[in-house]
This record gives sequence, structure tokens and C-alpha cells, in this order.
Amino acid sequence: MTTRNQTKIVAEPGKQELFIIREFEAPRQLVFKAFTDRELLPRWMGPCEMTMKIDVWEPGAGGSWRFIHTDKQGNEYGFHGVCHDETAPERLIRTFEFEGLPESGHVVLETAKFEALPGDRTKVTIQSVFQSVADRDGMVQSGMERGVTDSHESLDRLLEGELQASH
Amino acid sequence: MQIRRDVFQAIADPTRREIINLVAYQSLNLNAIAENFEVSRPAISQHIKILAECGLITIKKQGRERYCEASLQQLNEVSEWIERYRKLWDHQFSKLDLLLEEMKTKSRSRKKNSN
Repeated sequence: MTTRNQTKIVAEPGKQELFIIREFEAPRQLVFKAFTDRELLPRWMGPCEMTMKIDVWEPGAGGSWRFIHTDKQGNEYGFHGVCHDETAPERLIRTFEFEGLPESGHVVLETAKFEALPGDRTKVTIQSVFQSVADRDGMVQSGMERGVTDSHESLDRLLEGELQASH
Repeated sequence: MQIRRDVFQAIADPTRREIINLVAYQSLNLNAIAENFEVSRPAISQHIKILAECGLITIKKQGRERYCEASLQQLNEVSEWIERYRKLWDHQFSKLDLLLEEMKTKSRSRKKNSN
């Protein structure tokens, strides 16, 4: 059993961008496919207590996309944007907007880079550029964390502990 | 008495925040940093000392010069929201790990069948 790869977030104070960095024990083509395939995306995207539905999915430059996350109470959280670039298997560039914000127009530019590493491994770096520092700090705090409650986090820790113990 | 140094103390001061921004993408020596500020060189040196004590920058000796480098990983401590955001992604990525294992197994057996 390989050790679990760490998820790294780099978000410097006062900047309007952040980076999500993670390595995977799989070749680049597969990782890219998991990020772009309509059937595969809902299997890993979104907080665990929410179901994810793909409303619109037109991959490739000029296409648009829309996801809906639904929580147990039936509340829906929509996200949408357009695809600016899809260069398989190395790069994705998209816009992203959370529909649950008090006003619309707070758009994020996301660039995902897929880098092949030795040993059939892949490094993914996602850069999110926000319109302002307040947008970056505020949006992440408001909409995105809604699904991640404390109880869920402790359950997560519990499950993780069990997984580790069983290995 | 030992003075407690932490990341929050380090970034409470605007000059220190500015220093972190300066060395975030390139390491600089004390003179190069001090050029950007109105305050005296010893004052900047003191700020750098505090930042180093908090682990936000590391000082590396190159010949006679000492270069300051940012340790960005430390900045993750600063905001709790970053950690929550990290957990959200970390959780999704563990699901992706499992999916990728499955995809790898499938592509291996497909290769075997075609041989």
C-alpha cells in the first residue's frame, strides 16, 4: 500500500489566486479522463454528503458546463462556466461561478495542469484566479464550505482512522 | 522568559507582510529587501529576524551574503478557511484515488485480453 498523497493548498495572504496541488498514482491519460469524462466526474467531485448531477457538459473550447450539488435536505447548489481550452492530456482552462452568491458576476478563472511524473504518476496543479482578494477569501468561506460541517469532518477522521487501522 | 512567536504575530505587521510578498517568488538579500522600504536597514533586519523565528522565511548563506527565502507552506497555518478548503479537496481526491485504481485495473485487463 502506497502512502496517501497530500493535498496542498497555496494561498498567500493578499493575493487573488490560490493553487491546489496533488499527485496521483496513475498515468496522466487516466487522471485527465477522470477530470473530463461525464460519467466519471460525479463519482469523485463534490462534498460526500451531497449528490452531484451534471446538468450541462460540453467539453472542449467554447463549450459550457453546469453542475448541481444537492444536499440531504434537498437544497441545490449550482455551479457553471465555460470551457476555454481543453488540451488532452495536459491542460484544462475554464471559468467557474457559484450560483449561490448574493450577486452574480463573481467569476473564477481555473487552469488545471496535468504533469506526467516518472513511474506512471501524475501531478495536478489547479490555479484559481479570483476577481479580488475579497472574492477569493469570501467565496471559499461561504458557498464551498457549506457542505463540510464539523460532524462530517469528525466522521471523516473516524473513517480515515479505520482505513489506516485495517491496512 | 521566551517570547512566543507565531505566524499570526508575524503577519500582523504590514511591513512584514510586504517582506513576505517580496521574497515569495525569489530569494533576496537584506539590502535588496531594505531598498523597498523607507524604514532603516536595522529595522528591516529585525522584521526578518521575527519572520525567520516564525518559520515564514528561511535564511540561506551564499558566500558572504545571506538570502531570505519564503517558506510558503507555513502560511497555510494563517487561515482556517484554507484548511477547510483543503479538506474538501482532499476528500474529493481520495475518492478520485479509488476511481483511478479501478480505471488502472480495467485498462490492465483490457490489455491482457487484447494480447
